[in-house]
Amino acid sequence: MGYFYTTLKYLAVTLWSVFVIAPFLWAISTSFKDFQSVTNGATYIPWVDFEPTLEGWRALWKSPAQGGVAIVEPFFNSVFVTAAGSAISILLGTLAAYALSRFTFKAGPIRNGDITFFFISQRIMPPVVLAIPFFIMLGKFSLLDTLVGLILVYIVLLMPIAVWIMVDFFNKVPREIDETALIDGCNPYQAFYKVVLPNSIPGIVVAGMFCMIFGWTDFFFSFILTFTEVQLLPVAIVALNSSITPWWSLSAAALVSVAPLVVVAFIVERFLSKGNLSGALK
Amino acid sequence: MSLIASNLCLKPDTEYHLNDVCFEMSKGEIYTIIGRTLAGKTTLLKTIAGLIAPESGSLTLDGRDFGRIPVWKREVAMVYQQFINYPHLSVYENVAFPLKQRRMPKTEIRNRVMRALSQVGLDGFENRKIQALSGGQQQRVALARSLVKEANIVLLDEPLVNLDYKLREQLREEFRNIFSAKASENSILIYSSTDPVEAMQLGGQILVMDEGRILQQASAKEVYENPNSTKVSQITNDPAMNLFEGTVADGKVILSSEIHFDLPEHCQALPQGSYIFGLRAAAISLADGGFPFTVELSEISGSETFLHLKHENVQVVGLLDSVQNFNIGETVSAQFDTTHLYAFATDGRLKSSPYGGLK
Repeated sequence: MGYFYTTLKYLAVTLWSVFVIAPFLWAISTSFKDFQSVTNGATYIPWVDFEPTLEGWRALWKSPAQGGVAIVEPFFNSVFVTAAGSAISILLGTLAAYALSRFTFKAGPIRNGDITFFFISQRIMPPVVLAIPFFIMLGKFSLLDTLVGLILVYIVLLMPIAVWIMVDFFNKVPREIDETALIDGCNPYQAFYKVVLPNSIPGIVVAGMFCMIFGWTDFFFSFILTFTEVQLLPVAIVALNSSITPWWSLSAAALVSVAPLVVVAFIVERFLSKGNLSGALK
Repeated sequence: MSLIASNLCLKPDTEYHLNDVCFEMSKGEIYTIIGRTLAGKTTLLKTIAGLIAPESGSLTLDGRDFGRIPVWKREVAMVYQQFINYPHLSVYENVAFPLKQRRMPKTEIRNRVMRALSQVGLDGFENRKIQALSGGQQQRVALARSLVKEANIVLLDEPLVNLDYKLREQLREEFRNIFSAKASENSILIYSSTDPVEAMQLGGQILVMDEGRILQQASAKEVYENPNSTKVSQITNDPAMNLFEGTVADGKVILSSEIHFDLPEHCQALPQGSYIFGLRAAAISLADGGFPFTVELSEISGSETFLHLKHENVQVVGLLDSVQNFNIGETVSAQFDTTHLYAFATDGRLKSSPYGGLK
């Protein structure tokens, strides 16, 4: 019976792995193909089924006039907007979360839990509800089709994630650590940045990772709020899908778009395994 | 140096956490606050530390209004019942932390840290990470950090409660020596505990707390010999003092139709009437010619046996100084050592004690 379940378990894991990995293998394979290899029936294995070429990858750096797809600028736009939006969201979100975790706020019937819910509620609404207000507001401030406008929108979208994760994290950090820091001579600000913050790195890393994932993969707002001056990577990749789709470049661009998240995942994994709160309160 | 609390009150919700708390503490003394869980011990310690502000009342140190000084400027050190340390720092950095905050010279910091680590038996552990230490060692680090400050007031909030029995016994002995030395350095040492044995072992002054109120403040000996109320007698004894209602009539103490005995000599002055009588578990033994009791429960604890007995409405716990087995429902003959009998008024105040009553 044990052997049967073990076999079943491995079979399920294998099937799921294939389901997850297959699209990547497909994209990697396609990115090394050319027009003929794509259009002349199904081909899978390089050097056997088709002759690999770097054309798809070279096209990423070339302008459309040179026969390329020009995703370098959208790529760096995406990096800039995601990094700036995530960094500011983490900074503000961490401070807000610490305050919500440690201090009691009362304003009429509103309490800490309501304020936290207010932040989270920004993410509960369907994005389309926010699209028109954002469009009008950015238009009024002449921030449509600008990186700054997108960063502001991303802060609104990402900060709730940071607040949500960090409030929960700070709630698990024993208050006695802050109190001990105060007793040991720290004022409240020193207690925060000398003691609480260094012990909150795992939480900040997780919140940062989620912010980056949400920011990096956003298509909807970058599509609605940009036109010609600024283009982010998801929009640029979708724009490649035309009547004559260059599947080889599109695959290469898709892989490029995944790469930063893979790098982030590796860094985050290292941080998460390194830092933890054991020893703060046994 | 003296720390004086006057009428400290704190009632954040429906119940008092501090209820008209008054005390005076002097340098060079160990004070043990004893009380059950939620008695207000931690609240009182945090109030002294400045982490909690009382709603009314005052706290003065040498005549200065201590309440106006922010936590980080008060000369206090505190050890929690949880092993609170800074997990991102090494043992050395943990202990050095309060001294670095004071911007002391490095050599002075090093000397003090090494001395404190040596005091708590952690020589050679300086470079270890906190996570790499056992619970007992972590609590020693927290204690070293409180000692290194050489603070005027050292607060210890049930520091041994989360340790296993053996380690607790070992550290209790070590801590007592450290605390005695610390107290002799003109500090005020305040230790909170739920354990009467621990409180008595530490000696010094005892403050008995319940529902945010200080019920009695006296030396450990005085609190043991003359608990001023039934509540204090319950809190400061483990197992709690046996209490039973009875009457004094015709020179006799009558507890039930079958349990009555002559009024002991120290209670002769009691007028006739109803009382609550108290007898410690150790004053109840098994011997022929005693009162008939039914065994309700028998618990072996180390080399002793706690025997829960019942007769009509009289329920007592006896402490036998040997391991014995009993069957539940078995009838035994229990003898009361009435020379250790306490008498309390029906409102709980001490009326008569084998040690002469309140001084």
